[in-house]
Amino acid sequence: MSEITLIEAIRQAMDEELARDERVFIVGEDVGKRGGVFRATQGLYEKYGPNRVIDSPLAELSIVGVGIGAALYGMRPICEIQFADFIHPAFNQIVNEAAKMCYRSNGEWTVPLVIRAPYGGGIGGGLYHSQSVEAFFTHVPGLKLVIPSNPADAKGLLKAAVRDPNPVLYLEPKKGYRLIKGEVPPGEYLVPLGQAKISRPGQDLTLITYGMTHYYALKAAQMVAAEGIETEVIDLRTLLPIDKETILQSVRKTARALIVHEDNRTGGYGAEIAALLAEEAFMDLDAPIKRLAGPDVPAVPFSHPMQDWFMPNAEKIAAAIRELAAF
Amino acid sequence: MATRVLMPQLGESVVEGTVTKWLKQKGDLVQEMEPLLEVNTDKVDTEIPSPASGVLLEVLVPEGTTVQAGTVIAWIGEPGEDIPLAAHPPAQQPVPETPAVQTEQAAAPVEQRDLGSISPVVARMAREHQIDLTQVKGSGQGGRITKKDLLAYLEEREKQVAAQPIWETPADGDLFRPTELIFPQTSSQPLAPTQPLSGRLVPFTPMRKAIAEHMIASKHTSAHVTTVMEADLSRVVAHRSAHLSEFAQQGAKLTYTAYFAAATIAALKAYPLVNSSFTPEGVLIHPQINLGIATSLGEEGLIVPVIRHADSLSLLGLARAINDLAQRARTRQLKPDEVKGGTFTITNHGVAGSLFATPIINQPQCAILGIGAIQKRVVVIEDEWGNEALAIRPMVYLSLTFDHRILDGAGADAFLAKVVEGLEKFSA
Repeated sequence: MSEITLIEAIRQAMDEELARDERVFIVGEDVGKRGGVFRATQGLYEKYGPNRVIDSPLAELSIVGVGIGAALYGMRPICEIQFADFIHPAFNQIVNEAAKMCYRSNGEWTVPLVIRAPYGGGIGGGLYHSQSVEAFFTHVPGLKLVIPSNPADAKGLLKAAVRDPNPVLYLEPKKGYRLIKGEVPPGEYLVPLGQAKISRPGQDLTLITYGMTHYYALKAAQMVAAEGIETEVIDLRTLLPIDKETILQSVRKTARALIVHEDNRTGGYGAEIAALLAEEAFMDLDAPIKRLAGPDVPAVPFSHPMQDWFMPNAEKIAAAIRELAAF
Repeated sequence: MATRVLMPQLGESVVEGTVTKWLKQKGDLVQEMEPLLEVNTDKVDTEIPSPASGVLLEVLVPEGTTVQAGTVIAWIGEPGEDIPLAAHPPAQQPVPETPAVQTEQAAAPVEQRDLGSISPVVARMAREHQIDLTQVKGSGQGGRITKKDLLAYLEEREKQVAAQPIWETPADGDLFRPTELIFPQTSSQPLAPTQPLSGRLVPFTPMRKAIAEHMIASKHTSAHVTTVMEADLSRVVAHRSAHLSEFAQQGAKLTYTAYFAAATIAALKAYPLVNSSFTPEGVLIHPQINLGIATSLGEEGLIVPVIRHADSLSLLGLARAINDLAQRARTRQLKPDEVKGGTFTITNHGVAGSLFATPIINQPQCAILGIGAIQKRVVVIEDEWGNEALAIRPMVYLSLTFDHRILDGAGADAFLAKVVEGLEKFSA
């Protein structure tokens, strides 16, 4: 088994689902002839034709709207939003239509839709190509929200998302597209939505994270292990619905929790985890719940030093681990 | 019911005491808190107050006798009262390894210690396990009690209960308490100031904490003496410049440290007593040489990776091992085992310009070699006919700190002279 990149795993997942189920189709900007701006759909247009890999106008509202309509008619659309930063025009479609359809039709109508969107900074993308948008959508019941951190999960989660009867927002850490490599299991497999994974066991504290920061978290955990601090790292994988049990079980053991994400701090997803721990694990805590998150500025700055200042990295995470372990 | 008088533990590292004088004799009346006897520990005399009012029923430990802390030394009770049957242990009755915790637990002191902030899990566990938190030593920030401290305390308590001999069962009534608990102000332990001093408090990193503990423990353990010699490195410098590229081709950066390591290993083979550890039973001479190389991690601290079986390595092997360990020490990729098991340590303080230093021994080793900066100095040399001349030579000061419990000056100097010889007459 050889290693593949994160983006190759995503491409493989779509390829296999397109081949498996003729109801599956892809729609988005430049996904067809160009193979996507990140090449996530490269070769699929040639393989499955223009009716199943559809180049859309530059209108995110319509990409998602088309997806919802097709899903209601029994199709299995995969909508690609070129950058998560551009998902905002489709917010109404996602929140008011896709997320509520099953509930308001009393289960008669479902929207089996996947929306893929690359998120996150650190690639010199500046204000409009670096955003993290998960917190806007984890507030919306009726949606599922998935963020993979490695090729094996990325493939299994995307295939599971395509087959899920609910609308799934699938956010991809674009900095990791070619940086994060790993083996994927051979043959057909799914990674179930809603299950977190302990990617590194440890006794001294629990580090809860997802996506790109999970990659840095593992490096940080390795750094502090040389100093005798054993960090348990949880990769959430699915943010909505949240896997409470894995988080609570770990924190009940270690009694200390550090939450890391790239999205800015205030109202970020970490606040939800912190609230969960405060409500359900208070009597097991030995230290304040800590968050390491992007600073509360309107966007990831374009200037490289400023981008570095914004982005979490292994050193910043290791420092936060040391501080919490010493409390 | 009669009250026991126990030999108190008069300090954290004090495990025994000598009864120097009984201020009351058998049959005398004594008031609670009235001076009862004098105890000597580590050349300090302390007056011990009586734990109860009554008659001194029995004196079990005569003057001049040394017993371990926690030993029953006398009984106090009503006139004519019987001493419990099991109350006649011989004065030298062995007591468990850690009597300190036992006496403290039995004594249940009402010490008013500021516990600082108590986390939810610590509060819950203390309630569930009925733990008196004043008995638990805190290792967290500012001495805060952590969950780990409680777990360690519980484990220790369980061991104590299992190991407790019959006559250690606490008696009813007033019990003996060490004076340091009765008079907490006199405790030598630094208490966290209730009014924080102004300034920025830099919390300890685990590494800083470990270094602090190891350094103080070493100073408390060994009798440190430092001896200094200098070595002419002409041959080493010549050999190194002649072989730099050859070693580089074989993937090793040839540093001076490799030469110092090689000379040290040769000297350790010649003087195995230096490659040893002090134990209560005797000096333990190690069969292999595991050479620690102190490696600076900048402001963060210092770590000592160990070259195992260094005596089996060539100069090339040493250079490779030193490169590898130093590199991984700086990138925090050492495995825990790679910083353990050293039998001798080299510290290269010269890299920062220091000429010579008095390093602290890396316990439980016998000695540590400090290497100063290599400097060109003018020295007087003598040829085979005794003609003297001034010459410019690359010189280095070598300082050996050794444990005077194991080695005397002559033995240490012989070893250090061997290191010097190995460097001055270096040949690969």
